[in-house]
Amino acid sequence: MLVIKDLHAKIDNKEILRGINLEIKAGEVHAIMGPNGAGKSTLSSVLAGNDKFEVSEGTVTFNGKDLLALPPEDRAREGVFLSFQYPIEIPGVSMVNFMRTALNEHRKYNNLEPLSASDFLKKMRDKKNLVEIDSNLTNRSVNEGFSGGEKKKNEIFQMAMLEHKLAILDETDSGLDIDALRIVANGVNKLKTKENATIVITHYQRLLDYIVPDFVHVLYKGRIVKTGGKELALELEEKGYDWIKKEFED
Amino acid sequence: MNITCRVVNLQEEYTALFDEHLSTLQAGAPDKMNALRLEAMESFKKLGIPSNKVEDYKYSNLQPFFKGDFNLALSNDAAQAGVTATFNCEVPALNTYNIFMVNGWYSHQNDISLLPKGVIVGSLLEKAKENPALFEKYYGTRTPIGSDGLAAMNTAFAQDGAFVYIPKGVVVDKPIQIVNIMTGDSDRLVFQRNLIIADENSQLKVMLCEHTLSTQKYVINTVTELFANEHSILDMYNIQNQHNFTTQVAGYYASQKKHTVLQTNHLTLHAGFARNNIKIKMDDEFCESHMNGLYLLDKNQHVDNFTFVDHAYPNCVSHELFKGVMDDSSVGCFTGKVLVRKDAQKTNAYQSNNNLILCESAKMNTKPQLEIYADDVKCSHGATIGQLDDDAMFYLRARGINPSEARILLMYAFAYEVLEKIKVEALKEQIKGLTERRFRGDFDKCDSCVACGADGQMSCG
Repeated sequence: MLVIKDLHAKIDNKEILRGINLEIKAGEVHAIMGPNGAGKSTLSSVLAGNDKFEVSEGTVTFNGKDLLALPPEDRAREGVFLSFQYPIEIPGVSMVNFMRTALNEHRKYNNLEPLSASDFLKKMRDKKNLVEIDSNLTNRSVNEGFSGGEKKKNEIFQMAMLEHKLAILDETDSGLDIDALRIVANGVNKLKTKENATIVITHYQRLLDYIVPDFVHVLYKGRIVKTGGKELALELEEKGYDWIKKEFED
Repeated sequence: MNITCRVVNLQEEYTALFDEHLSTLQAGAPDKMNALRLEAMESFKKLGIPSNKVEDYKYSNLQPFFKGDFNLALSNDAAQAGVTATFNCEVPALNTYNIFMVNGWYSHQNDISLLPKGVIVGSLLEKAKENPALFEKYYGTRTPIGSDGLAAMNTAFAQDGAFVYIPKGVVVDKPIQIVNIMTGDSDRLVFQRNLIIADENSQLKVMLCEHTLSTQKYVINTVTELFANEHSILDMYNIQNQHNFTTQVAGYYASQKKHTVLQTNHLTLHAGFARNNIKIKMDDEFCESHMNGLYLLDKNQHVDNFTFVDHAYPNCVSHELFKGVMDDSSVGCFTGKVLVRKDAQKTNAYQSNNNLILCESAKMNTKPQLEIYADDVKCSHGATIGQLDDDAMFYLRARGINPSEARILLMYAFAYEVLEKIKVEALKEQIKGLTERRFRGDFDKCDSCVACGADGQMSCG
């Protein structure tokens, strides 16, 4: 589904990603872990198409298409969904309006008619139930005055609405208490199918108790320096990142 | 009676115009109006039309706009001709009491019989004659004819406008809407004078809607005096929806007494060259004042909001929020003067002015001015000029939303903070819709600008 080859990216001439290689197949869950500043969030931004970062080398193919050639909105319409670490507040724009606009743009891209108002509301209702989001959150303006947990739940709700092929969860666990974490993780698990894939970017192992990864990659200084199964996450939790840094420096 | 004048040298010619038509200007007008007229003319001779050399008009040189060939209506003939028949106004759906003014003259009103007893609404000229004591007590008492050339000019020339008086203890259930229409087939100079009084413990929401119905050039000099007496609550909404050849200088001079709440809202959705002078005087303790403004500019439009809050007494609060969006080669200006006088302890004054600049050729001048002579006060001001937030743009695009649609959503979100302050629910919904359409760009082409309006029909903002 996703093939990343020798990906280099920089911001303000500072190289953050220095040769990432990664292949993700449908149905898989990949965790990307690593110390602060390793480039985890940069990777997710680059994949979603944030033009703050400049890709200097490498290729990314998504279902056979050159992902890097597409603007962010087309990447989203192709099925890439980035769950933001810091979702943006948009006062005055209702969730309903926002979701309808986004969903219909996806449909247009895929040569589908816009959803009727009643079908759309039904879909909102179904997905809300699926991800256990409070029904009154969707009556408010996008993320306005939402707590940290509410914002993250709202991201998962949007992911459900837009029916992604590849979900990139950027530090979705940060700032969540254990109950909110469980709800968010349950939402992600329910949305998982054999046809879609998930990248979980996290600093801590705890989220991976709930969203169990098939692979764990350790990102350090802009490269994937170690790959293993879910037990690698436990090892990192126990020993920290120092041994990896050390291994890498040596 | 309609006269045509050509003005090249401002003071001399306006003075000559005044002298020539003085008897017409004075005819039938109340004594106080005529007395102030002469006084104001003397002042105008000294002050003239401000150029940008006058500090308070630094960003807006008005002199060129007052030159040219104009028609000036010295009587209300035209206003009687039923020109409002073509005016298809959506606002009655808002359920308001409507008064229509045409080219500065009172035309007609609807539904006024349903107003609470004692409420006076109508033509300034007529109502002043019917209620001389009331008129004399208030007229001209807040207008700075000695220091502002345009206020002086209005006082010298103005003959009519709207008069609204709400007696003691009366709460007006629905907003009173003053619809100001500019129309006709020649370029026009207009002086309009409004007097709005909320007596003790009364409540009033008043809307001043500014429209242009024909493509002619209009130069409009309006003064509105507002008085909020003890314990009254007065909300004023000014909605400006005029075509690009309109120049409007509007002075809003308000005075507040003890325990009053005044809210002024200036929503400039579309205007050619607009200057608002908004001056609030807190004339006693425990006044609360809210000044809100939203200005949306494109092409070569120019909007200048000059605000002045005079905290003359202790224990008063003022909140000021002005926001603007500038596109193309438009110029926005904001001056926020806050004066806290020596004895005005425990004053709270907050001001903010935030601006979005959409392209490199658009311009914004913002100038907060705090003058504080008391030592136990809380005052703050903030002015920002920025672009649309890249992170927010990316967030929307990452959801599959087009960049152009994302821009509209973010501009709307920016303006929303001001729209939210509108307390008339139906008006709020309507302005929200108009704001969105304005950002979508399908607004300046149809409704607000008669140049492209279909069949001379337009809907009223």
